Amino acid sequence: MEAHEPIFKIMNLDFYYGPTIALHQISMDISPYLITALIGPSGCGKSTFLRCLNRMNDTIPGTHIEGQILLNGMDIYRQDIDLANLRQKVGMVFQKPNPFPQSVFDNVAFGPRVVGSARNKSDLEIIVERSLRQAALWDEVKDHLNENALSFSLGEQQRLCIARLLAVQPEVILMDEPASALDPIATLRIEELMVELKKYYTIIIVTHNMQQAARVSDSTGFFWLGELVEFSPTAKMFTRPEQQLSEDYITGKMG
Amino acid sequence: MLHGIRSIFDRQFDDVRTELQGMSLLVDTAIDRSMQALAERDINLANSVISGDEEINKARFQIEEDCLTLIATQQPTASDLREIIAILYMIVEMERMGDYAAGISKTVILMEEEPLLKTFKKIFKMAEISRQMLSDSIQAFIKRDPDWAHEIATRDIEIDELYKIVFQRLIKIMAKEQDMVTRCTYLMWCSHNLERMADRVINISEQIVFMTTGTLKEFE
Repeated sequence: MEAHEPIFKIMNLDFYYGPTIALHQISMDISPYLITALIGPSGCGKSTFLRCLNRMNDTIPGTHIEGQILLNGMDIYRQDIDLANLRQKVGMVFQKPNPFPQSVFDNVAFGPRVVGSARNKSDLEIIVERSLRQAALWDEVKDHLNENALSFSLGEQQRLCIARLLAVQPEVILMDEPASALDPIATLRIEELMVELKKYYTIIIVTHNMQQAARVSDSTGFFWLGELVEFSPTAKMFTRPEQQLSEDYITGKMG
Repeated sequence: MLHGIRSIFDRQFDDVRTELQGMSLLVDTAIDRSMQALAERDINLANSVISGDEEINKARFQIEEDCLTLIATQQPTASDLREIIAILYMIVEMERMGDYAAGISKTVILMEEEPLLKTFKKIFKMAEISRQMLSDSIQAFIKRDPDWAHEIATRDIEIDELYKIVFQRLIKIMAKEQDMVTRCTYLMWCSHNLERMADRVINISEQIVFMTTGTLKEFE
């Protein structure tokens, strides 16, 4: 396999909530077209880290970072960065599906309408269909495009949120516990979808569910007390972790 | 219907099954070539079987590694788990069969130019049956057929019969002609290796029965 340049390069990242340091000296390279899982106990900093990657933490007053995060070589914390543009490139899927209380079509069309990427109505229809297909949802909703998104199952709503994100053609998809509100079957469908999506996108997922990280990801980062203890290929992390702390966490001896 | 839900796992599992078939072909080739080396007194061929054993060992470790990853990352249960455990045993058995083929080749080198003995036909018959048993057992594994696995194991009776005949003939020759003792001993090693090979296929068959039915039992 051809080695790609990392899409994200994180260098010596510190993150502060006011005076409290939540992330300490995180450095990692995220490879494109792979699934990177971030695991660790509650409060270890994995979600905080994820939110640094599209500057979602900026919305929390009193936070600041030190160090650098480069997206395709560009410092995303530079003063002149267009945040809307950044978040278009680096989209996010949340724990609880959060579709707008509108039709399926309007949910997916929302992004393209805002950024004006569709030239006309048929263009928009093409984008909506493509996004729903990529999110493995088209067959289920194609006859219900005008129905309210909230009338669908949670699993379908989550895939709709993924479709909504795909409609603006991101490069990276951040997922924060995307399946924790879903039943096992809906969870597996999301996992299968992730594996499909990594052909075109880079996926970074935060999960409490270690087995989920093991099942779907290519690389796994283990966070502990705000530090990145180990970042290894997933098969290695779950068979021969390098650090004793990772071993203890994975085998359930702590946390 | 859960169609398509577990395809990540299925893809990885299929890869391991393919690797297992590939390994069985390596072992089959090693047996075939070691017997050819024996028949034709081909030292070069014997040497290539010995050096080729490394490839069989590598295949075994690769499959072991992949099974380890499957267990660690995909949390297999029930029949999936049994199949992985069965595979882990099967590759050890096959790896040992490869060692027997290498052992026969080493004997060929020791025998050098010594002339053939007439009991050879039976020894080749043993190799032929062992190879067929191995190849059938891999098919029984793929088809998940415990009855077939059971039937394959019964063919060991024929191997044991042949071994007994070869053994007795060799003893007779040795008793008569003292200068034949070394040559006969070498041939005894070869036939013993072949007899052991078939025993390894019985173990493989037991694993197929375990994998398909969940029953752990030693065949009589």
